[in-house]
Amino acid sequence: MTNVNLPTRRKFLGGMAAGIGSLALTDLLGAAQHFAPRVKRIIYLFQSGAPSQIDLFDTKPALHNLRASELPDSIRQGQRLTGMTAGQSSFPIAPSIFKFAQHGASGAWVSELLPHTAKITDDLCFIRTMHTEAINHDPAITFFQTGFQLAGRPSIGAWLSYGLGNENENLPAFVALVSGSGGQPLYDRLWGSGFLPSKYQGVKFRSSGDPVLYLSNPQGVDSQTRRRMLDDLTQLNELRFEDFGDPEIHTRIAQYEMAYRMQSSVPELTDLSSEPAHVFELYGQDARQPGSFAYNCVLARRMAERGVRFVQLFHRGWDQHTDLPVKLKQQCVDTDRASAALVADLKQRGMLEDTLVVWGGEFGRTVYCQGRLTADDYGRDHHPRCFTIWLAGGGIKPGMTYGRTDEFSYNIVENPVHVHDLHATLLHLLGIDHTKLTFKFQGRHYRLTDVHGQVIHPIVS
Amino acid sequence: MNQHLLIAVVLILVAVGGTSAAGDTDFNRDIRSILSDKCFQCHGPDAAARQAALRLDTQAGLRGAAGSDPSDSELLSRISSDDPDQRMPPPDSGLNLSPQQISLIKNWISQGAKWQQHWSLIPPARPAVPQVSQPDWVRNPIDAFILARLDAESLAPSPAADPRVLARRLYFDLTGLPPTPEQVSRGVKSSVADTATRLMKSPAYGEKMAIRWLDAARYADTSGYQSDGWRDMWRWRDWVIDAFNTNQPFDEFTIDQLAGDLLPDASLKQLIATGFNRNHRGNAEGGVVPEEFQVEYVVDRVDTTFAVWQGLTMGCARCHDHKYDPFTQRDYYAVFAAFNRIPEYGRAWKEGNSEPIIRAPTQQQQQQWRALQAAEAAAKESYQGHSLPSAERLEELAAQMPEDWTIKAGLIVRSDQTGDAGKVAEFGYFDTFSLAAWIVTKPGDSGTVLSKMIPTGEGEGYNLHLSESGTLHANFVKRWLDDSVRIETLDPIPAGPVHVLVSYDGTRRAAGITIYVNGQPVEQRANHDFLNQSFAVDQPLRIGQGMSDFTGEIEEVRIYDRVLEADEVRVLAARGHAQLRTESPPRRDLRLAKLRHFYLAEGGPEKLRMAYRRWIQSKRALETFERSLPTVMVMRDESPYRDTHILARGKYDQPGEKIEPGVPAALPPLAIDDSADRLGLARWLVSGQNPLTARVVINRLWRDLFGTGLVKTTEDFGVQGERPSHPELLDWLAVEFVQSGWDIQHMLKLIVTSNTYCQSSRCNARLLERDPENRLLARGPRFRLPAEMIRDQALFVSGLLTSKIGGPGVKPYQPQGLWKDIASTTDYEQSKGPDLYRRSLYTYWKRTVPPPMMINFDAAGREACDVALRRTNTPLQALNLLNDITFVEAARMLAQDAMSESQSDKLTLRRMFQQVLCRDPAARETEILLNSYQAYRTRFLTEIEAARKLIETGESALDTSLAPAELAAWTMIGNTLLNLDESVTKE
Repeated sequence: MTNVNLPTRRKFLGGMAAGIGSLALTDLLGAAQHFAPRVKRIIYLFQSGAPSQIDLFDTKPALHNLRASELPDSIRQGQRLTGMTAGQSSFPIAPSIFKFAQHGASGAWVSELLPHTAKITDDLCFIRTMHTEAINHDPAITFFQTGFQLAGRPSIGAWLSYGLGNENENLPAFVALVSGSGGQPLYDRLWGSGFLPSKYQGVKFRSSGDPVLYLSNPQGVDSQTRRRMLDDLTQLNELRFEDFGDPEIHTRIAQYEMAYRMQSSVPELTDLSSEPAHVFELYGQDARQPGSFAYNCVLARRMAERGVRFVQLFHRGWDQHTDLPVKLKQQCVDTDRASAALVADLKQRGMLEDTLVVWGGEFGRTVYCQGRLTADDYGRDHHPRCFTIWLAGGGIKPGMTYGRTDEFSYNIVENPVHVHDLHATLLHLLGIDHTKLTFKFQGRHYRLTDVHGQVIHPIVS
Repeated sequence: MNQHLLIAVVLILVAVGGTSAAGDTDFNRDIRSILSDKCFQCHGPDAAARQAALRLDTQAGLRGAAGSDPSDSELLSRISSDDPDQRMPPPDSGLNLSPQQISLIKNWISQGAKWQQHWSLIPPARPAVPQVSQPDWVRNPIDAFILARLDAESLAPSPAADPRVLARRLYFDLTGLPPTPEQVSRGVKSSVADTATRLMKSPAYGEKMAIRWLDAARYADTSGYQSDGWRDMWRWRDWVIDAFNTNQPFDEFTIDQLAGDLLPDASLKQLIATGFNRNHRGNAEGGVVPEEFQVEYVVDRVDTTFAVWQGLTMGCARCHDHKYDPFTQRDYYAVFAAFNRIPEYGRAWKEGNSEPIIRAPTQQQQQQWRALQAAEAAAKESYQGHSLPSAERLEELAAQMPEDWTIKAGLIVRSDQTGDAGKVAEFGYFDTFSLAAWIVTKPGDSGTVLSKMIPTGEGEGYNLHLSESGTLHANFVKRWLDDSVRIETLDPIPAGPVHVLVSYDGTRRAAGITIYVNGQPVEQRANHDFLNQSFAVDQPLRIGQGMSDFTGEIEEVRIYDRVLEADEVRVLAARGHAQLRTESPPRRDLRLAKLRHFYLAEGGPEKLRMAYRRWIQSKRALETFERSLPTVMVMRDESPYRDTHILARGKYDQPGEKIEPGVPAALPPLAIDDSADRLGLARWLVSGQNPLTARVVINRLWRDLFGTGLVKTTEDFGVQGERPSHPELLDWLAVEFVQSGWDIQHMLKLIVTSNTYCQSSRCNARLLERDPENRLLARGPRFRLPAEMIRDQALFVSGLLTSKIGGPGVKPYQPQGLWKDIASTTDYEQSKGPDLYRRSLYTYWKRTVPPPMMINFDAAGREACDVALRRTNTPLQALNLLNDITFVEAARMLAQDAMSESQSDKLTLRRMFQQVLCRDPAARETEILLNSYQAYRTRFLTEIEAARKLIETGESALDTSLAPAELAAWTMIGNTLLNLDESVTKE
């Protein structure tokens, strides 16, 4: 939350040089844009657990002829596997049992599991050649969110709050929303601020209890009582300021006022009762259910409307090591409609032009079967060497499929896109040169993209 | 970086560094930071990245480039060139030199381009204490150094702080808690020195000092990656508290933690101390490549050790030579080698401590343990005093023994029926048990003997299975291929009636499983030996069924909930009761074992039976006790140890040249008689010759007291770090620290008794403008309390605080479902009673979902070493203090106490105010708060239900003798007081 320091900043700029601590400094960094932004905000629909690209987007019909045959060594090339399948005596090819078709004018291939996504392919840009370095969930998802496999670095949204500040005085600049139960756990660090000041951390909105921790007044304390108490607080703090002259006191007064405003702005935001029925028809009736992915998609749109810079959704449950046909289908039922609805809804409201929507997980899944391959059942292990994500919105070429994988969806043949490249592109669309958004810590000028990253210009319109 | 920022940065640099651009240029002060920030990436220590074979980080390299005259300086001409092909740094580097920086370099060259070693690598020498304008103000040399600088800046120190304010400051700084009003009164009367001495004797002192050390040591109660399961390192944490409370000299404190295990005759305490470098995270995720994470653990140890003791960012040299500081990749792996000798496995346990571990009983437990051992020995001796009958006599007794007699202790299943045996033998992977059966086979028979497993091939659960090749398998499985312990006998089981038994000792390891055939342990091999999740499944026990039906006969299944001893196994394997359908000649030794056990349990004289039973009971009690003892992860060097290689680009699977342990070449060498291992490294850090250790440690002590270190970048004393605001003072303190015998309390006392520390923290516009960050210390420190002190204060002033030292982490209030929201398996089980109110350093720290209040208030995340402090001011903090049950309950308890003790509203207010703020309210403050009290009271009188709800917040006892509306109104006042800037600030 950034604008909260405005009083301090104004005082500083007014020549008093008051409170030029880290607060004012970082505030001044607010407008870190290096060129005209293409989008104002990002909604990232992170699919945690790693959706199977082979069953959703990266169709490989020729594999049906190779069903149950061994993955050729020429394809695997001795690359490392996770400890879960490294001990398998055989790596039989498991073609997807789902049907694929081409959709829209762009003719993008989408599996039957995603009928709603299939309808908006002309708005989407598919990258089939994402690749990453980690092969296990924790390092991989941490890498995706912070640009580094180990804990300690700021998340994407924290970098953005730090670099771009806030557009809304009454809401945080960076919000995380979580849905889906079971599957892989998530970690607070995924929306954490790492070595950046903690005010840049994402605020996780919760679906039960207070949407923001400690938002509600204690039982028995009404808004009027709270207001009176806060007025006292201001008066008493002002008395202390007169005595001690510490500008930090004024900053604290401002924080309490913002907290008070959040007590009304947040419930207003999370109350979907004002949304008309057609919205729920679009996103699906489960959007009425707090905590569902669809609900979070509607919430994301409402946040976008109110100037939240970065809305990071996490939907869990994509880790189909076993029973993939059944479990993947359910995951798609839970997410397909709302994902597509969000893009359509933003488009219809004219917001897709300055919003970027990203959909994807932390790695892909193997073409070979994990566990037993039967006529209607298979599982897939983690696969970092290629997977598919899609992007939509401002600055992105719609109706495009970028990159090509080999006939096993195992290796990249053309146009690889590394996680750092994606990060560089996200920042680019927000008007930030990823090599210039830095923070000095432990003597180093750290970046989200470390010392890597190339903007993927071919997908930028 | 925009223009405003640049100006701001320059302002600060000017304020702190005191640079005078036109006057003398000083290489360390003015030039090195420019070169390192803008040039070292390509012309610094990293040989691989070096361009044009030019290095500017060494004296020789820089002299060549700088020349001795501005008109003939390649360096100057390149940095000031307008030609993009000539210009340095190159335009595409994103780096730029400002005109001021260029002019500084020009001045420096014209003044002779004098080079200096980086300041922090020059060993500190005790500087002369400077002369000052007001010698009277100087209480000890600290004041002289501070005042000399103020004199130079034409600033004067502030007057002494109000004694009440000072008492509060001192209490927070030395105990982490505020004083009581009585203590304030007492403090006002005694000297700062006396108060400090007294406070440092209080147990709270160790707790206060421990917490920043826990941040640095990345201490937590869970392992950190993915499922983030529990671990037990609290015995190490308690060791830290104790070390501070006994004022252990810092050199010993260092050696014990880094290498206590390598000391001759290491004590239990010294072994526990080595937990420091096992506090790093451990990855238990299924499918990790263990070699990859084993390297990460060593990396973490190296980076942490160098951050904590050297203030250096050694991690930068993991993949390549350091870009700024004079450390090579070879240096990095030399240190790495010392930490790479422990017998550890890269995949950690999901639950519990990963090896190497030791039992770490508390003092009380050590006493109990000794008592139980003595009791067992005595009982054994007493039992052994009885004589046992001869074999012949035992055979005579056979007639008395029922044929179906068996050992009953721990017997939970006994069955002859095949098929579904119901929901019995529900063991998890921490349980101990023994599974036994008679199997009767002919060659070629196979199938499942016992199964508590999902009945498919390679299912989840445990089973005993006779393979088609005749070997017996014992499988304990979460996931067949990679998360299981699966063992198999080397030889086939002979045909005919055979007794088989498998014991499982709860260690999750193949080594803890024994297969017996006919009463004898047999050779076995592990087909897989890493079980990281429990095999408990919701399945019945099946006999003769499971993966496949057993094709032979199964008789007399016996299951025990403990590991049977070898002698007991022989009893079970003794043939022969009437129901057994197949007969073969019984073995006499097994038969005699059975008779002996029968005699001891039932057949013998009462005295003997009693003595035997007492012995067995005391033995079991001892075993149970031993299993309940806390453990701690420790350091240990294995022999032979694994080799260390330079890892290309830091990658685990790209080993290069082999490296022996050592210390970085740019630092002083190891002492001749010190070994090049962890112990040598630890001794080297605190030898007094190392230029960094004392400075780095003292700087953090200073930072904790004054809010900012003398070196602001506590985490970086390298060339990219900030130079000290008072270099001579830092050196003086560092030398004093070493010469005092590394006496932390001596140093603290020295600092808190200085006039510098005792100044008022009142500020004014002029001071704010001259020194907004208070680096010059013309006033006392004033900054927000760290997270733990804010909570501890609320508990303390409201009388809720439980003052108990040490023990496992506790789980105070936190919003419901926080763990469940994002972590799959476990939920937060809130503590009850006194454990709700322990000091915050005992709060259970789950790394992936840390305690929200701590994180809101900038606590270190504990995922990695953190020696930097952050302090922000956010609305989430406001919401936290306003509405968190912790603070609302504290407000109510504060009100309850004051109402019970006071006769009037004014006195009630005064008491609450004093408790929280250690002073009396001013008239205006009284007026504001009493007015509001009346308003709240009026509202609560009309809405008595609201009042009730408010005062029922929290689990502490509600004083029902007090009028609810009044208590609620005072609770609101308490809430106000606890939210005041003054309350959460150390003034």
